[in-house]
Amino acid sequence: MTVTTVPAVATRPGVVELAGVSRWYGNVVAVNDVTMTIGPGVTGLLGPNGAGKSTLLHIMAGFLAPSNGTATLGGQQIWRNHDIYRQIGLVPEREGVYGFLTGWQFVLSAARLHRLPDPAEAATRALDLVEMTPAKDRRVETYSKGMRQRVKVAAALVHDPQVLLLDEPFNGMDPRQRLHLMDLVRQMGAAGRTILFSSHILEEVERVAEQIEVMVAGRHAASGDYREIRRRMTDRPHLFRVRSSDDRRLASALIADASSGAVSLTENGLEVQAIDFRRFTRLLPKVARDAGVRLWQVSPTDEDLESVFSYLIQPRA
Amino acid sequence: MNTVVADITYRAMLGRKRILLLVLLPLALIGVAGLLRLIGGPSEGTAVTLMKSFAVGTILPLLGLVAGTGVIAPEIEDGTIMHLLSKPISRPVIAFTKFVVAASLLALFAAVPTFLAAFLMIQTESGIAYGFALGALLAGIAYAAVFLLLGVLTRHAVTIGVIYALVWEGLVGGYVPGARKFSIQQWAQSIADQVSSSVFFKADVPIGFAVPAIVIVTVAALLIAGQRLRSLSLTGDE
Repeated sequence: MTVTTVPAVATRPGVVELAGVSRWYGNVVAVNDVTMTIGPGVTGLLGPNGAGKSTLLHIMAGFLAPSNGTATLGGQQIWRNHDIYRQIGLVPEREGVYGFLTGWQFVLSAARLHRLPDPAEAATRALDLVEMTPAKDRRVETYSKGMRQRVKVAAALVHDPQVLLLDEPFNGMDPRQRLHLMDLVRQMGAAGRTILFSSHILEEVERVAEQIEVMVAGRHAASGDYREIRRRMTDRPHLFRVRSSDDRRLASALIADASSGAVSLTENGLEVQAIDFRRFTRLLPKVARDAGVRLWQVSPTDEDLESVFSYLIQPRA
Repeated sequence: MNTVVADITYRAMLGRKRILLLVLLPLALIGVAGLLRLIGGPSEGTAVTLMKSFAVGTILPLLGLVAGTGVIAPEIEDGTIMHLLSKPISRPVIAFTKFVVAASLLALFAAVPTFLAAFLMIQTESGIAYGFALGALLAGIAYAAVFLLLGVLTRHAVTIGVIYALVWEGLVGGYVPGARKFSIQQWAQSIADQVSSSVFFKADVPIGFAVPAIVIVTVAALLIAGQRLRSLSLTGDE
């Protein structure tokens, strides 16, 4: 386990510090002895589903008490401290939005709950920031998932918080909205805010975060610059599921190419083990085109994702 | 008291399907009162029975359950409460505001219809209408606090609330005299008895017990609800 504690920064504003944090539910350990410091800039909390990312984020947001250890922001205890929310903006993963309010009413209520001097101005600015101004007068229950996500981000940003915590923020967004939110997150990080977002998708984290914290099975598995983690993650075979117009022909074409290892034909299409991830993703469309095969679906399998993360901790185990 | 929390809670209670229950139950009470008046004419005995067993004995606890749990339990269940809890507002203030909303709804949908139903039957004769309306109002306050607390404590608030209202207050209270002392609807009857001069009924619980009990139960439930809300754990989908 990597320990990145820097006690000197713990009392600096906008620095979230977890010291020896564990959280268990009965006999199940969700988070196990995690110590990390999240400072200004964008940090990605990466890990497969069920790794404890959400539990960790809820501890940082004051919605779960650590069973052991401490969680502080700028040196102040987070749990049972409502004043901490002056500094925190939270975007939970659950839908959690009052469907009967309009987007405008929802964000305005956040501004008023923060007792901002000019709530209307703050709400206007926040909605503008997430490009939700045109739809602001519609009820939230009529929004798409991506729109709900953006209106939650607007509500979390309305008081211009020093710390922004986002739980799987890009889920359900279309590619354009995703890019827009990624841009926004990057800008806010560059402006000196502490931003932590969780994700189980490496590519998402890689595009936005400068710092990555990896969680695997409740443990803090790795910490550091994304390039290093990326390299260690791509240095291993990846398992892809491919569905195409002619799986057999594609299989033989792929076997002929060095970028893929084992290729197996299953009921659900091909399972291809890519030895060189980048080379494989570049070559697959080309190989398919040359073989005259149409690709219907290319997806990394979930088990593969899990195994990537486990692989990551193996060299250190 | 926080006006934004109150505003959102009122919208949630009045703008949704829940308002149907809040409206239909008192309408049923007034309807039955009207029917009894039409069939049997004005009868103080019938009015007292209707007030005791239906207005205070059935409608009030059910409305208390709808309003008391409704102001908070669904929000905890679906996580929308995070919007309120992730703000720099003291959690006891949030709990108190939700209680005020529930109590005011009970005044409107329980105490006022109780008065109207009694009035429809026998006008203000023997102070029955005033007595039971006041009883419903004060007991409604206690119900609001108790069921709010239940909504904070457990995800099975409605089930437990129904068991309390029907089994404890309705059944056990009916057969075990000692249990009546710890029944909110009996306290409502004590207040009604105090105000009215009717010879048709006599409350089992003395007023000197009922009023302090309402105050203590309400205050204690609110204090605990506020503290429990401070330590409310909410998790994601994981």
